[in-house]
Amino acid sequence: MQPFRYIRAQNVEHAATLLQQQDGRARILAGGTDLIVALREHRIEADLVIDIKGVPEVDELAFDAHNGLRLGAAVPCHRIYRHADVLRYYPGIIDAASLIGGIQIQGRASLGGNLCNASPAADSIPALIVHSAVCDIALPQTRRRVAVEEFCTAPGKTVLGRGEFLASLHLPPPPPGFGAAYLRFIPRNEMDIAVVGVGASVQLDADRRHIVAARIALGAVAPTPLLVHEAGATLVGAVADDAAFARAAEIAQAAARPITDMRGTAEYRRHLVGVLTRRALAKAVARASK
Amino acid sequence: MKSKVIVATTINGEDAEFLCEPRQSLLEVLRDNLGLTGAKEGCNNGNCGACNVLLDGVLVNACLVLGVEAEGRTIETVEGLAAGGQLHPLQQKFLEHAALQCGICTPGFLLAAKALLDQNPDPTEAEVRHWLAGNLCRCTGYDKIVRAVLDAADAG
Repeated sequence: MQPFRYIRAQNVEHAATLLQQQDGRARILAGGTDLIVALREHRIEADLVIDIKGVPEVDELAFDAHNGLRLGAAVPCHRIYRHADVLRYYPGIIDAASLIGGIQIQGRASLGGNLCNASPAADSIPALIVHSAVCDIALPQTRRRVAVEEFCTAPGKTVLGRGEFLASLHLPPPPPGFGAAYLRFIPRNEMDIAVVGVGASVQLDADRRHIVAARIALGAVAPTPLLVHEAGATLVGAVADDAAFARAAEIAQAAARPITDMRGTAEYRRHLVGVLTRRALAKAVARASK
Repeated sequence: MKSKVIVATTINGEDAEFLCEPRQSLLEVLRDNLGLTGAKEGCNNGNCGACNVLLDGVLVNACLVLGVEAEGRTIETVEGLAAGGQLHPLQQKFLEHAALQCGICTPGFLLAAKALLDQNPDPTEAEVRHWLAGNLCRCTGYDKIVRAVLDAADAG
């Protein structure tokens, strides 16, 4: 591997200052499951690696009913899916964190890193989108917030400017009658990259029969993960049944812009968007009805 | 040349200090600097699990950890499994079930299986297969490995 210096950042400002001083020659290290491979394969060059895992905000995983979930950008998957509040309130996040890589990847990989890697097929991004997650982006003196659905701009590209890094993610508390799910299709049982991934969330009314709000997000069918507003909007006021799910699925299929590659043809992907959207909605509704 | 860093850590229950370059992975440090060659380099990109070690009790790929990240942490490798001249129950069951052929993947499987049984002492076969999905074996077809882990759980 190319030589570089390594610094453990003390706090967010320290990390942001180091990043800015290096003028594009520094990289942020969280779980390292993407970065270390990229450095080794010379796909990324760096003079400085800034380890942010010791920064309190970046390592924080905390829930309260008023503010929701504060998810530090470097918190690894295994902590997320063992957290009682995440298990109870953020089922779509549990689905995604449980199927990224194998157990040994989940011991290190973070959702913040999965997001910054900006793969169109990233499992956590549709799940974060349907849970309405917002990114807290740090500069040395300031912060800015960006919705997760607006964070990725192209494969491997994000809205992060020079000197900026993702410090944490914030997920609002789920309203009453909320449920969510993330499903992906792979030809194996484990350890594969999504051919298609679909996240869905719903909010049901007090009788648990009608849908008050819904979000549907697609992975691996466009250059970035897609929030399909219209698919969610068509469900508002509808009875939560198969006919409604099918209507939303058709809209999601029309919004998908899949390509043909080694994992599947465009036609196959579009078919999968329909199947997975219907199933993810049914699962989200089942969870919301509990 | 970038300067080396002193790292103080605990490996298999003993204090250890080593000097490494920031670019060296924990796997390189264990094998090349410390002579602990139990963890194997398979793919060197996080896909095969042959380099699995426990870092503060959490299963990780040592090829995807920097040596400098081990500062102040606790590391367990396959060399630490046997105690007092006795094989660890998992090692014993791997022998009894012939759950290895070439042996390159075995240290990783043992550490992964230990991590599983530490938190789930009585897993189902499906749970064992799911947990071990990140460890690749090109010889055995996995069945004997799964049986050895289930048998070790029964014996434990």
